[in-house]
Amino acid sequence: MTTDLLILMKQELVVTFIIFILLFIKIGKGIKNETLLPLIQLLLLTNFVIGFFFNKEGILFGGMYNTTALMVFQKNILSLATYLISLLCVGWLKKSDHLAEFFLLMLSALLGMFFMISAGNLLMFYLSLELATIPIAAIANFDLEKRRSSEAAMKMILSSAFSSGILLFGISLLYGATGTIDFVALPALLNGSPLQLFAFIFLFAAFAFKLSIVPFHLYTADVYEGAPIAVTSFLSVVSKGAIAFIFITALYKVFRPMEEVWYNMLVILSVATMLVGNLFALRQQQFKRFLAFSSIAQVGFILVGISSGAPEGLSAVVYFVLIYVFSNLAAFGVAELISNQTGKETIDDYKGMYATNPFLSWVLAIALFSLAGIPPTAGFFGKLFLITAGASKASYWFIIIAALNMMISLFYYLKVVRAVFMDKSEQPIEKINIPASAKLALLLCGAGIVLLGILSWVYDYIVSLVK
Amino acid sequence: MNLLLLLGIPLLTAVLVLMSRNQQQVKWVSFAGASVQLILSLALYYYFQKASASGATGMLFQQTYSWFPTWGINFHVGVDGIALAMILLTAFVVLAGVLVSWNVEKMTKEFYFLLILLSFGAYGFFISLDLFILFFFLEIAVIPKYLLIGIWGSGKKEYSANKLALMLMGGSALVLVGLLGVYFSGEERTFDLIKLSQLHLSPLTQKICFPLLFIGFGVFTALFPFHTWVPDGHSSAPTAGSMFLAGISMKLGGYGCLRVATFMMPDAAHQYAPYIIVLSSIAILYGAFATMMQKDLKYINAYSSISHCGFVLLGIGMLTKTALTGAVMQMVSHGLMTALFFAVIGMVYQRTHTRQVNEMGGLMKSMPFITTILFIVGLCSLGLPGLSGFVAEMTVFMGAWQNPGMFYRIATIAACMSIVVTAVYILRAIGKTAMGPIKEEFKNLPDASWNEKLAAGVLLAGILAIGLAPFWLNDLITPGTEIIINKLTGK
Repeated sequence: MTTDLLILMKQELVVTFIIFILLFIKIGKGIKNETLLPLIQLLLLTNFVIGFFFNKEGILFGGMYNTTALMVFQKNILSLATYLISLLCVGWLKKSDHLAEFFLLMLSALLGMFFMISAGNLLMFYLSLELATIPIAAIANFDLEKRRSSEAAMKMILSSAFSSGILLFGISLLYGATGTIDFVALPALLNGSPLQLFAFIFLFAAFAFKLSIVPFHLYTADVYEGAPIAVTSFLSVVSKGAIAFIFITALYKVFRPMEEVWYNMLVILSVATMLVGNLFALRQQQFKRFLAFSSIAQVGFILVGISSGAPEGLSAVVYFVLIYVFSNLAAFGVAELISNQTGKETIDDYKGMYATNPFLSWVLAIALFSLAGIPPTAGFFGKLFLITAGASKASYWFIIIAALNMMISLFYYLKVVRAVFMDKSEQPIEKINIPASAKLALLLCGAGIVLLGILSWVYDYIVSLVK
Repeated sequence: MNLLLLLGIPLLTAVLVLMSRNQQQVKWVSFAGASVQLILSLALYYYFQKASASGATGMLFQQTYSWFPTWGINFHVGVDGIALAMILLTAFVVLAGVLVSWNVEKMTKEFYFLLILLSFGAYGFFISLDLFILFFFLEIAVIPKYLLIGIWGSGKKEYSANKLALMLMGGSALVLVGLLGVYFSGEERTFDLIKLSQLHLSPLTQKICFPLLFIGFGVFTALFPFHTWVPDGHSSAPTAGSMFLAGISMKLGGYGCLRVATFMMPDAAHQYAPYIIVLSSIAILYGAFATMMQKDLKYINAYSSISHCGFVLLGIGMLTKTALTGAVMQMVSHGLMTALFFAVIGMVYQRTHTRQVNEMGGLMKSMPFITTILFIVGLCSLGLPGLSGFVAEMTVFMGAWQNPGMFYRIATIAACMSIVVTAVYILRAIGKTAMGPIKEEFKNLPDASWNEKLAAGVLLAGILAIGLAPFWLNDLITPGTEIIINKLTGK
């Protein structure tokens, strides 16, 4: 039991261990940011690397916690993203007075996500979801001197409290209707009665809130804009990824008997999400807001994949999230470097950037092409597989809408590319000084974007995990 | 012969271009890469003939590598005569394009990198036998075009670049949906073109997917009414960009219409043929008449490209062996001709700094070489015997006339009439440019430099090779079209 506990929960334990180390550091004599940050990066790297060893599948605590190879891989994706964020945002982090607290909170959220992915019970799921949300609201407020930052935190906490309420309501209704909240026992008891449907819709709405699916997306742009970029990227990549993973598990495993219901819901919501995300992104000037709407649109594509209801959908979503980590973090990383050193954050500011910052410009361009789904970047494969998975079941018009949305999204991604490469500017952004670790992270992201698609074994590996 | 070399050389060239230290290195590396690629294509032709002579038919030099096996995707490549003709065309145009761009000063490295990347996409497209990789290569070519126009273009370049990228992206979105429809219709999940063509796709699939694929690819090849990106895109692009766009990129669409849509779905091809014929006839006439109104040399060639590419689609729509052969010949011929036309326009523009026909005149006196080429290419465009345009269009007309029935005859005659219009605008434009009194400021303009002469020579060699001895091209293409026709007639 004890060894099982150690090995099955190794990722959670490592994160907890890091949290404790940070706590002790905080209590003890203050360490300078210059020494603390590399230490944290090292710890996060260890966390990521350990994810690949001593893998074992199993169930703990009477079904409350379970882990499979796929879940371990999903957690690894999240660990990797957290590590990359710690590398990318060094400039901002070094300036922070509360570096240890920042990572304390961020890692608590990560821990919550790990538990959420492994949850085998709605109660466990709810608890871990709260653990994954509240710390993020706290770090969204980390630009202490900026009002927008506290506004973002406030919006975040209020909207997530609201969605948690809805979730709890759904859970209690479901418990009332079936008498259980266990993931394994639930499917047999689902018969599609009105009460169960009612409960399911509440649960679904809570997921939609967290994933910022239209029409539950309204808080997203404001929170993204106000929060520090480190937090925004964490929110948009790690948090979204984790919720997408648990969402797909819940639909495929627990609510499988209601497939017809959620299939229709997914189709409608996915079309709405893609369209609204894309159309709103067209008009954005603020780069963070722009990425917020683009990430809403990306969620719409994820829903296309989820709607397939087949193992292909699951593998396509995991693969897409992995690619999305690299593409989105590269874009956010460039934005962070520029914003940190010049304070400029709008697309107009990026005009003529290629002349002064060719490296950053190329990274940004590759990242945006990947988000738009242009080959040979991995985003092309990710999106295509999502659409192919969705097409296995869907009608032609649904797939046509999805494909045409790729075209709309290309339009606004190209807008940024155009500003960077083509437009002239009186005052282009001056030469940005790229810290070594940020450069490493950007190169890693670039390599990931280019190689993940062409090297098909990454996808094959995910498929082998899903089976 | 290993077809992957065709992909390897451009890739290697692109990497070397990125590693080059100065402009000179970049240019010479690209030149060397393009030359090696041309030699490789000619070698491929040689080996192909050798293999054909020993009785091999169908797709030759096939290779298959597993890529994303879960989806049934294979990296499956192979060539037949049609693909080989397109590869030869690409190799000629790329070499000429590299040579013509010798004077690009602005971001030379990026420029050549994108050119090579574009050619990489085209080679990959023509050798793919798997629909997934075909789509992959089709889309690879979109972004280089966008950047080439947007960064190095002229005029309202941002608008044109955007329009082109979005329309082509929309076209490929339709292609994607069509491909997925085909993919999910069979019992076996496969993107393999050969396997899919042996299946008999259900009538419903054909009915839905054929228009999606045909229109999707048609956007690339200026199918009316999706031709609107052509004039803007071509006229805003830098010289080599226009050459690649009109010479190679528009042929991706024609090739796709033929190889993917028509070949895989013969029933639907018969069903939709009248629509194709009507649309392509409109494109031919509309393109020709619209050209009459143009004053800008690049616009003249861009609109005449719409007209000429209409012949490609007309040939495909006629669904006879001769017409299909003619369509492929027209693709090759138009590719060479229009690339040369744009190259010459670029040379003239570089010297006179104007592309307006009215502002030029008497250029024959100051630059005899360039204007001579302009004459030849103009005559090729209006279909003078002895040059490639005549051979290709003639074959299309003959193939079209084989179809009995009033409808086909009218369409053919209408298309024939465009030749007269072509003669009018070409002769007028060239006459005004080359003849007449020369303006004072144009008197001392230099004639073509070595690289321009070489570029023109390369393309001219291709045009003459087809125009004077069309048999080799005909023999190369016909076995390929025969297979398609057999499939169409259900043999």
